[in-house]
Amino acid sequence: MPLFEQLYNFAHWLAQNREEAEDLVQETYVKALRGYSSYQPGTNFRAWMYRILRNTFLTSRTGLKAKMTVPLESEEDGGAPVVADTQTPEAILIDRSNQALLHSALEELPVHSREVLLLCEVEEMSYQEIAEALEIPLGTVMSRLSRARAALRTLVKQKLEKS
Amino acid sequence: MAHEQWQTQIDAYLDGELNAEAMHALDAHLRTCPACAADVLARVQLKRAVKTAGTRFTPSADFRSKIQKQIATKPRRSWNFGWTLATATLALLLVAGAITTYIGRQNLHQQQIYSELADLHVATLGSPNPVDVVSSDRHTVKPWFQGKIPFTFNLPELQNSEFTLIGGRVAYLGQTSGAHLIYQIRKHQISVFMFPESAADSLGNSSGVERRQTFNVETWTQEGLRYVVFGDAAPEDIQKLSELLKSTAKS
Repeated sequence: MPLFEQLYNFAHWLAQNREEAEDLVQETYVKALRGYSSYQPGTNFRAWMYRILRNTFLTSRTGLKAKMTVPLESEEDGGAPVVADTQTPEAILIDRSNQALLHSALEELPVHSREVLLLCEVEEMSYQEIAEALEIPLGTVMSRLSRARAALRTLVKQKLEKS
Repeated sequence: MAHEQWQTQIDAYLDGELNAEAMHALDAHLRTCPACAADVLARVQLKRAVKTAGTRFTPSADFRSKIQKQIATKPRRSWNFGWTLATATLALLLVAGAITTYIGRQNLHQQQIYSELADLHVATLGSPNPVDVVSSDRHTVKPWFQGKIPFTFNLPELQNSEFTLIGGRVAYLGQTSGAHLIYQIRKHQISVFMFPESAADSLGNSSGVERRQTFNVETWTQEGLRYVVFGDAAPEDIQKLSELLKSTAKS
């Protein structure tokens, strides 16, 4: 089944729970089968599947809770650029032993930041594909990505300072 | 353009979302701005770290088989034309998706390798001691690798060429050790990587010089070794150096 592993991984990151992730994936396939008529051949199949999964998540209990956490800043404002310094958290993260730290930082990101970051970095979707999957404008994809990266970097820095 | 404005473009640059003109302009800026170059390196490292950390959860075999059964049995429970058409359409989409996924994975693996090589190249050039053996003499550089890497190689005679050998160091691709040589032409430094063929078998042979990770690259396999010539020099220079290496490896 194509996309099965990817959809499951994404669902698990959204729901942060195995059972709920399985329910999400199961429901996504059922909805894809039922709603095949809404798929327009020639459009992006992957974005369509992710859109179903994400909409399913947003109507779940965890998703409804996450929906209540909305970004306070303007969606089109990219926020401050991420600037490198001498001892970058990124350099420290290359060490695989710091994976747990990055996992926990990703978990702490708000859902709207986590999902856009995962679609870009893990699924390597283009901005256009992300816009289709999340049903948001292209400019919002860029500003959310920028803000998500900045937030992740701050979280990583804080965790490194604590540890 | 002000420094801050360049920085706002770096994410789009690394995500492959800039147009060719903006990409070239930022490329040129990065060659002259150490702060932005360091920023690019940091962001590449963060992207790679998130990719690795983000690929975290795997579905169980039981769950996979449950979904497979569900997809297979669904039409029988409500057998009608709509379901048949839906299943056929989804099956076609799944096959198309499977092919896309396979090609996507191959491309992804290739991109990961090029990304690692880009890191090695950039990190080496940015280091105060870029090479472990400093010599323009191939008869000094080649023996230095004895006992350090699991193969041997020949290096071209450069007397009548514009290239200069700067030196070499041991590099690792995945868990495999190989040779990383630095050549110079005019003000450009070019990395030549040599690894056992199996270390990067998904790369295939490039048809001439290609653009990867914003660098010019040529790669091929010869005599059981994978060669990758990598740098910001002009494509013609990358090709010339590749030809020299190919003809030397043949002899």
